[in-house]
Amino acid sequence: MLLIPCPNCGPRDETEFHYGGQAHVAYPENPAELTDREWAEYLFYRDNTKGAFAERWLHSTGCRQWFNMLRDTVTYDIQAVYPMGQPRPDKENTATGTTAPTVTTPVSPEGAIK
Amino acid sequence: MADTAALENSKKIQTLRKSPASLLGKAFEAGSVAGTVELREVPFLTMAGLRVDPAGEAGERVGAVTGGLPAASGEVRGSGDTAVLWLGPAEFLLVAPAESHDSLGGELPRALIAALADGPGQVVDLSANRTTLELSGPRASAVLEKGCALDLHPRVFKPGTALSTEIGGIPAVLWKTAEETYRVLPRASFAEFLGRWLLDAMREYASTEVP
Repeated sequence: MLLIPCPNCGPRDETEFHYGGQAHVAYPENPAELTDREWAEYLFYRDNTKGAFAERWLHSTGCRQWFNMLRDTVTYDIQAVYPMGQPRPDKENTATGTTAPTVTTPVSPEGAIK
Repeated sequence: MADTAALENSKKIQTLRKSPASLLGKAFEAGSVAGTVELREVPFLTMAGLRVDPAGEAGERVGAVTGGLPAASGEVRGSGDTAVLWLGPAEFLLVAPAESHDSLGGELPRALIAALADGPGQVVDLSANRTTLELSGPRASAVLEKGCALDLHPRVFKPGTALSTEIGGIPAVLWKTAEETYRVLPRASFAEFLGRWLLDAMREYASTEVP
C-alpha cells in the first residue's frame, strides 16, 4: 500500500485517496474547432510513462482536496506533491526519488467560493 | 425564535425520533466491559457543516460565533461544549449538544447562518448526517487500532484532536476528547455497521486474558 503525503493532512493510506489520472492535460482552447480525432485524443489518450509521472489525486476520506503528485511508475517512489494549477516540478530536482516530498501551502478552498 | 407552542410541538416530535444506532443500544451495554472498554451512542448531537474561508471576513464572523475556526488538520476549536472540527482547509464540522439545536430552543445553526449572512460560504444543518459513538476505557485505542491506520499512540494523537479517516474500512471522523475517550462519527447509514464492528473488536477484552 502506498503511503501518500497529503499536503493538508500528512501521510495517509492509499485507500483514503482517489486517483484522478494524468495531470496537466489542458482543456482545448477552442473545442468546437477540433477534429473528431483531436477531440478523442484529448478525451481518451493519456501517457503511459515508465518512470516519473505527474498525476492527480483526491484525498476523498480526508480533506477532500485535489493535489498533484509526481510518482515513479516503476518504483512507486513519490517524488513530489504540489498544488493543483502549479507546473510540474523540474525533473532534475526530483530525479533521485529519495528526496522528501515537497509539502506546499494548502490548496485553494474551492468549496468556499460561492 | 420559535414561538412556545411550536417549540412544545417540536419537543414532542423529538421524543419519537430514533438515532441511527439506537437498535444497538442494548448490544452496546452488553458488549461494554466496565473499566476496560465501553461503547455507547451519544445521539442527536447538533452538527453543522461550515464551508467558509477562515481568513476571510465571513470566516471571521462565523469564527466569532463558534469560538474560532481550526487552522490545520486535526485541530479542534470552540468554546464551552461547542467544538469545531477541521475537515478541510475551508470545511469544518461544528458539534454541539442536542439542546443547542434551534428546534429545541437553542441558537444553532440559526446563529451561524446569521453570522455568515451573504458572505461567501455555506452553513448546513447536518445534525442527522452523522451519529456519535463514544468509545472509552484503557483499551479503547487498542480497539480502534484494529481498523484504523492512523498513529494512535498518545504521544502523537493527543486529546482535543479530530481526524477524518477510515475506521473498519468506512469513512468516519475520529475525535479524541479525553486521554482514554474517543468519539467516532460515522455517517448515519454506516452507524450500525461500525457499531457492530466495534462490538466485535471489543469482544476479546470481555474474556479473561490468556497467559
